[in-house]
Amino acid sequence: MAAERRNAPRPGLVLDVDRSTPPILFHHGEGFRLERLPPGRSRIIYPAEPLAGLPDPEAAIRHALLNPLDSDPLPSRLRPGMKLTIAFDDISLPLPPMRRPDIRQRIIEQVLDMAAAAGVDDVHLIAALALHRRMTDDELRHALGERVFDAFAPQGALYNHDAEDPDGMVELGRTNHDELVTMNRRAAESDLLVYVNINLVSMDGGWKSTATGLADYWALRHHHNVGTMQRSRSFMDRHRSELHHSNWRQGEVIKANGPPIFQIETTVNNNTFGLDGPLAVLQKREWEWSARDRASFMAMHAGLRAMPASACRGVFNRWLAPYEMTSVQAGAVEPVHESTTANVLAQHLVPVQGQTDVLTMGLPYICPYNVNSVMNPILVMCLGLGYFFNLYRGRPLVREGGVVIMSHPTRREFHPVHHPSYIDFFEQVLAETTDPAEVEAKYEAQFATDEWYVHLYRTSYAYHGVHPFYMWYWGAHALQWLGRVIIVGGDERAVRRMGFQPASTLSDALEMASDVVGPAPTITHLHNPPILMADVE
Amino acid sequence: MGIAHDLGLVRMRRRLPSPARAFRARSFPLRAPNVPGGVAPAAVPGRTGADFDTAWARRWPARMGRAAVVEGPMRAMVQVLASPRRRGTDRLADLDGALIFAANHHSHLDTPLLLTSIPEPWRHKVVVGAAADYFFGTRLAGATAALVMGAVPIERARVGRRSADLAAELIDDGWSLLIYPEGGRSPDGWGQPFRGGAAYLAVRCDVPVVPVHVGGTGSILRKGRTMPRPAAATVTFGPPLRPEAGERAPRFAARIEAAVTALADEAATDWYSARKRAHANASGTLTGPDAGIWRRQWALDGRRRTPATRSRRWPNL
Repeated sequence: MAAERRNAPRPGLVLDVDRSTPPILFHHGEGFRLERLPPGRSRIIYPAEPLAGLPDPEAAIRHALLNPLDSDPLPSRLRPGMKLTIAFDDISLPLPPMRRPDIRQRIIEQVLDMAAAAGVDDVHLIAALALHRRMTDDELRHALGERVFDAFAPQGALYNHDAEDPDGMVELGRTNHDELVTMNRRAAESDLLVYVNINLVSMDGGWKSTATGLADYWALRHHHNVGTMQRSRSFMDRHRSELHHSNWRQGEVIKANGPPIFQIETTVNNNTFGLDGPLAVLQKREWEWSARDRASFMAMHAGLRAMPASACRGVFNRWLAPYEMTSVQAGAVEPVHESTTANVLAQHLVPVQGQTDVLTMGLPYICPYNVNSVMNPILVMCLGLGYFFNLYRGRPLVREGGVVIMSHPTRREFHPVHHPSYIDFFEQVLAETTDPAEVEAKYEAQFATDEWYVHLYRTSYAYHGVHPFYMWYWGAHALQWLGRVIIVGGDERAVRRMGFQPASTLSDALEMASDVVGPAPTITHLHNPPILMADVE
Repeated sequence: MGIAHDLGLVRMRRRLPSPARAFRARSFPLRAPNVPGGVAPAAVPGRTGADFDTAWARRWPARMGRAAVVEGPMRAMVQVLASPRRRGTDRLADLDGALIFAANHHSHLDTPLLLTSIPEPWRHKVVVGAAADYFFGTRLAGATAALVMGAVPIERARVGRRSADLAAELIDDGWSLLIYPEGGRSPDGWGQPFRGGAAYLAVRCDVPVVPVHVGGTGSILRKGRTMPRPAAATVTFGPPLRPEAGERAPRFAARIEAAVTALADEAATDWYSARKRAHANASGTLTGPDAGIWRRQWALDGRRRTPATRSRRWPNL
């Protein structure tokens, strides 16, 4: 049966809940809840099963490099004496981090092998992390492999992008919307910039890779702002995303004034928890749980409940997803990204008829900004109202004025090294206002230019001072759209600080939601992760 | 004469039947018949060397015992003596089924080091090609090698199909093979030219060859030394090689040797500069310069990352 599924994975499913429907799995941070949804007016959206990975990834990569889209083959663009820079996605992709060998390692080794054949000596590798925290040596080693790390890191040719280095950034110009375009100096002054991307969701890749990943605050603020987010429908749909429109305009400037770019994009399937193993039950449909699945779930559930939160985090942070590469394409940015997006959507899209009054979602332990870290309340908001809410094409899953119910412990915990500015944002800014526009107008510049935050970003492993603002803006579209946000099982003070309502149980939350959307509302549960994207008609 | 003679005990002992004398005095059919003169004796099937039967060592009880030895005392010994650094196992991520691991050979420690370094799922389903004349010279030595290392006899002194047939049969049955194409341990720290056995088996069985470079074990227990001296060792697995369409074994063997040579360069320097030299056919040689002994030794010291001898504090008070 498993082999059949592997060859012919089932597409996503919208299940109408009736009395026979078993309790449904809700992720709940580093734990889980089993919830019954009201029959007759509830539905559950299940992701598609993982698509089969490429049978020979190494050969597929080689083929992509030798047969690029709208570009000469990579070997013909390499020559002795040239300046080659390879930029790659940072720790925020994929989620959770994948098992070795990471896709970045596979690609970069082949790119470097071609560069070695061409006799290229001047090669730099840069983690394109924009304003994210720096990657540690261990994280770089995991992403790029021992060979690449040992060959380049000791001589200082493998490093993290530094958007606050006064000598390390260059201005490439302005778009016709007067948006500034900046880029890492080394990348900008290279004879060829190779960008290596992993596309987990349709938001990733394209011009966002270079225009965002290698830029600084002064360029990012043109699209990482409240207005852009509120005008994006959604930022997961490139053609209806103001965020991407701005990035694409910046891409035009890069094309005109920046380095030649050879873009390499890849997609992975949604095999997040494995087809077998201890977490496989998390990506099965509940009515298909075998006795073994149920036993392993109960054991895991009981174990996690008995452990302190930090220990649970440790357990989950050690999980490496067995993702498989489903496609790889290389060449010019635009055609490559079109192909990539089609491949991402082939895995993620699930057709859904119409909107709902109440959208429920179980938030897992991880989001792009807490890898090997703590999921603080602001990241809970960003994951739920930023990422999950925006995983739609067409219209939002929930109607305007509807309610989102999220399940997460939402502990008042912050990683002091990774998220120092988040603490101040939570304690100072949110204590005064939760309105994204007001937050942006009153506080953004202060946090973005704070010298202490800049120092921590550059020398420690801290997210940039402005980063919590972006996380808040990420949910601006949802905040504007929704009538109420309820968090089930969350820390009451933390939830109220963010302007949301706490509820102890899902039943309570549904009762509270009926105050906004009326009695007996329709309910849709987003059974995510593994990731899905609703194609709402 | 002594007291025993005085007491008549000597005479008594002479009269008692002697089992040894009776055994020696046994006649046919209690003893083997003599071969009549002028008749050529029939060939006796050998039970040592290449004829040693190792099938029992691949049955489950022996495999379980070997796994316990490899994961227990062998791993501990390797850790203490070699503190190995293992690299390149990720290059095997896309492979399954039987493989041929072709490694350079410096020391008796190479096999324990590799048996504890080869990743799952191959580690406990691997046989080691061992010199039939050395490891299977006696039945006790052969049994020990077969049980502890999973050794199978490989003829290196004379040409014969028996070893190749056995190895091919095992590979077809899903067993991986660890083989040292140099045919023996290095006499002076430099490698020896690769023979064609690994390449021949890869072509014949259509399985990939994983080139492996072992470094540092010569400093621990080189040929001719009996007591090991702890030092750092490295194991580097290379990307798998497959015979190309129509490629014959000698040519493929040369590719395997070149791959191990490039891995040696990678282990001594870094991956990227090693790749550049490999593309420029400048990886050096595994067999060292064609020069006198001292110049070969001199060149060898230049390649070592770590000193062959441990540094000593001075004065040693």
